[in-house]
Amino acid sequence: MAMLSFERKYRVRGGTLLGGDLFDFWIGPFYVGFFGVTTIFFSLVGTALLVWGAAIGPTWNLWAINIPPPDISYGLALAPMREGGIWQVVTICATGAFVSWALRQAEIARKLGMGLHVPFAYGVAIFAYVALVVIRPVLLGAWGHGFPYGILSHLDWVSNVGYQYLHFHYNPAHMIAVSFFFTTVLALSLHGSLILSVTNPAEGEPVKHSEHENTFFRDALGYSIGATGIHRLGLFLALSAGFFSAVCIVLSGPFWTRGWPEWWNWWLNLPIWS
Amino acid sequence: MSDRATRLPRLLVVGLFGLGLLACERPPMDVTQTNYPGVAIQQVTNPRLQAAKLAANQMPAPLPPVPTDGPAAGETFKNLQVLGDTSALEFTRLMAAMTTWVAPANGCNYCHAPGDLVVDRPYTKVVARRMIQMTRYINREWKDHVGDTGVTCYTCHRGQPVPEHIWYEADPGDAVAMVGSLAGQNSPAPQVGLTSLPYDPFTAFLRDGQDIRIQTASALPVGSTRNIKDAEWTYGFMIHISEALGVNCTHCHNSRAFSPWEQSSPARVTAWHGIRMVRDLNLEYLAGLSDVFPDNRKGPAGDVYKINCGTCHQGLSKPLLGVSMLKDYPRLAQ
Repeated sequence: MAMLSFERKYRVRGGTLLGGDLFDFWIGPFYVGFFGVTTIFFSLVGTALLVWGAAIGPTWNLWAINIPPPDISYGLALAPMREGGIWQVVTICATGAFVSWALRQAEIARKLGMGLHVPFAYGVAIFAYVALVVIRPVLLGAWGHGFPYGILSHLDWVSNVGYQYLHFHYNPAHMIAVSFFFTTVLALSLHGSLILSVTNPAEGEPVKHSEHENTFFRDALGYSIGATGIHRLGLFLALSAGFFSAVCIVLSGPFWTRGWPEWWNWWLNLPIWS
Repeated sequence: MSDRATRLPRLLVVGLFGLGLLACERPPMDVTQTNYPGVAIQQVTNPRLQAAKLAANQMPAPLPPVPTDGPAAGETFKNLQVLGDTSALEFTRLMAAMTTWVAPANGCNYCHAPGDLVVDRPYTKVVARRMIQMTRYINREWKDHVGDTGVTCYTCHRGQPVPEHIWYEADPGDAVAMVGSLAGQNSPAPQVGLTSLPYDPFTAFLRDGQDIRIQTASALPVGSTRNIKDAEWTYGFMIHISEALGVNCTHCHNSRAFSPWEQSSPARVTAWHGIRMVRDLNLEYLAGLSDVFPDNRKGPAGDVYKINCGTCHQGLSKPLLGVSMLKDYPRLAQ
């Protein structure tokens, strides 16, 4: 693959976290690296296991393929491959692949002398996954509390886990997470529309820049967060949405067993009015 | 940014998080899985809360047995309209048991005029007679719900003249607030698990026999007259059942599709019969006593106290942990 004229100067060796020079090279446009290799390894093994699980299952219908976790009765032990063991090894592979990918991002960032914001952001997504299939199952004492790997089956799991707490919209962390998701969309739409508006001026007009961007929001809202600030805000909102999603499911079960509406009893019992 | 500028918001966030956790419970929890792995149809229970619940739902020790032969109660006692063919000794034992089940603090005089067991006074004697008939009717005719476990006076009363969990029509005055009519909702009512759902689903479903199902049979709600408000009434009533039985929605339903019976658990069939049983009892036995009950045993709308799922269940899917008292009081089963 052709390399752009300025790309070569960014192809610097070193900056690896592990393994020294091992795999410290590029294949075409892709940086390989030690963690690139582990990513590929875990991805292939995990995907092969999913295909095996589908093959011994009752269907090849992509929507209905289901790789369930072990029965609750296995607790935190290893289960036979056909009775949830596949799910357990897939979980190890998925976590291994996700973490490898984050570390590869970190190595690339180090080579380029950048901050580690990208692997950190991706790490929050990994945390949300690990919260679902490792942290919460361990707190509840059985791998069987992880969600099944399947397009429809994992949706059924989500639905049933929600209804175990009668009305999940009363989960306080769920409320915060949903608010962050909506606010993320609001911030992105404001930012996106602003950038498109300054880069699409009227016929014959020059493209506008930050002065116009800032002035628009100062006129409209009395305040402009600025070019860097909007990206800081966007990252904060998006990561908080993912973080509180993870919190809301870890709370459900290990830290609360009743209907979520009942959790708000403390509000009714505040000495102000009770 | 200076240290001071960041410290306060950080402290606030950590503090709020800690306070929120204080309102929660703590692991480890117990889990009962009732379906295939990965479907998440299960009950997660807190063993520390469960211990208190189990202790509060123990069956009282039965009174010592007495000979079941000898003269019949109907020949021994005057004005006896129920259980006349029971032996007088067995009948007296049942009366003593009823006293401990229903009015241990007041004794025999809660239902009998002092020194005169014949007269139908006070009103509680008429009610008690009707309740004996109701108990035997439940155990005979509603086996689809109570099985062979059956019920006795204690299943509901638990040592109190008025069972703890009863309902009456919501006070019409409750419905009007400063902003206008609340339409019977938006008040954190314990009947519906402190949600904002309609707080008197009982009149509609446990007296008037309104249709509980709100899902349409087709993918699109073509021609359906049911709306979101109807769904909220159903949801409120379903939360009442969950709270009354100490279970979550997945005890009966696979929430991927609430309506199909073939995807639901057998418990849903028991519940279906239970809802119809409660309607039947409310209309036939409790509303039937409207002229007997005094005003202080009626709600603000003037209707008698009625039963719902919590009256018997009291937080357990099987009242009194599924232990039957009928073997000690077999006449209540007939």
